[in-house]
Amino acid sequence: MSYLIGLMLIVIAFLWQVTLEGFQRKVTAKVQRRVGPRWYQTFMDIFKAFSKSSISHGFIYDFGAMMTLGGTMATVVFLPFSGIVAFNGLDNFFVIIYLLAVGSLGMAMSAVGSGNPWASIGVMRALTQMVGYEVPFMIVVFGMIFGYGTSSISALVEVQAGGFLNWHLLRMPLGAIVGFISLMGMLAKKPYDTPIAPAEIASGPLVEYGGKHLGMLMLQHEFAVFIEVGLFVNLFLGGGGIVAYLIKYAAVYLFATIISAVLGRFKIEQVVYHFYKVPLALSLIQAAVVIFTGLGVEIWL
Amino acid sequence: MAMNNDFNEINLNDGDLNDTITFWDKLKNVFRGNSLWMLHYCTGCGAVELPPTMTSRFDMERIGMGPMATPRQADVLLITGYLSVKTLRRVIYTYEQMMEPKYVVGFGSCTLNGGIYYDSYATINKLDYYLPVDLYIAGCMPRPEAVMNGFKKLMDMIKKGEATGWKKYQRHYEDYYSPNQIRSLGEVYVKDEFHE
Repeated sequence: MSYLIGLMLIVIAFLWQVTLEGFQRKVTAKVQRRVGPRWYQTFMDIFKAFSKSSISHGFIYDFGAMMTLGGTMATVVFLPFSGIVAFNGLDNFFVIIYLLAVGSLGMAMSAVGSGNPWASIGVMRALTQMVGYEVPFMIVVFGMIFGYGTSSISALVEVQAGGFLNWHLLRMPLGAIVGFISLMGMLAKKPYDTPIAPAEIASGPLVEYGGKHLGMLMLQHEFAVFIEVGLFVNLFLGGGGIVAYLIKYAAVYLFATIISAVLGRFKIEQVVYHFYKVPLALSLIQAAVVIFTGLGVEIWL
Repeated sequence: MAMNNDFNEINLNDGDLNDTITFWDKLKNVFRGNSLWMLHYCTGCGAVELPPTMTSRFDMERIGMGPMATPRQADVLLITGYLSVKTLRRVIYTYEQMMEPKYVVGFGSCTLNGGIYYDSYATINKLDYYLPVDLYIAGCMPRPEAVMNGFKKLMDMIKKGEATGWKKYQRHYEDYYSPNQIRSLGEVYVKDEFHE
């Protein structure tokens, strides 16, 4: 039964996120006063990529592409989706963060295995950016975990039940801001799309991918977005029923899109300086407030 | 520069290259015809017509097209204008790096017969001798409306299974494309540092 639920979660993640990707492209187009693609354009792109031929650059290249897709799909199974948990008791924050790293490392391995210098530069930038956004995000979430004494995401969702006044968005506003900025870094949205900069380093890690391999990496990106936005919705917006969860998900994702549609791109050292200045300071203040005063955890309304 | 009468003239359209036979082929052609990624490789003067085609005024993305950064990811190669012999070598490398199925679109009269550079020693006259061109867009240079119209036509051809230049290149490489390329370029030497 757990496996069936997991399979269902993967199908839902694919259909919902790829549809929303089409709407996201439409929203970006509207911001830039264009017409934009049809809403099902991303389905067409992914299926087209799988219908093309493909070449290999060696065993590591193929294995890494499979490892990144498999690792990310496995992570989708562990993330609570509006209260649905496939493997009970394993919906732990640390499980998700570690499994998500499997996907990133698989991609790094595969891209470096292609032998293209642009890919190495892109991977270096992606891992540097990861160091940038993970530290503030982790400090906020560790403060939350310390306050409640549990790292289970379902438990963290349950304490936010009963109206929007209980959401962590209002209980820990600084933490929510840091979480959202880190989310934009995780999604590689516009100010933080340094690792895949098409004009500078020819799309970075993706430079040697074509055909079916590129389709696999596009799928991996969709699943990774589903996990990252889902993590934000669960931790800060209180999960909710299926409809509420999907509405919150769409709101967060489209808000990030609207911000990214009007911004330029940071250089990689600007990304790290940026994350280590304001978000890190805010996350430390938030963690101190939660740990020393209990405001937002024990003391709330 | 080789003269035009030095080239082999053979019938490239022999045999049935149409691949829309089974249900799966038709389905694949629907996907391929609705999503085209072009390689932003610019030769000659047609490159300046592409930014307005891509951005807000004419918005290429609404018919499912987009620019891609590398030849591996791209589906369609645009030859935007005159092609010097030196650039032809790079274009051939680029074309052979692309994943099949792949399509070539020639812009303007320079790719048809040389245009105003018909007697230049440094440019090639007819692109079809070296690469299988699926579609020509007439004009000098074609305006963005003509470019969009040409891309719609290319998509219709792909959906019907008529854009079979990549199969022609496979079938006639030995007896047509390769000798023509060598005649214009001289010996082609590929240095492959990675696999040595």
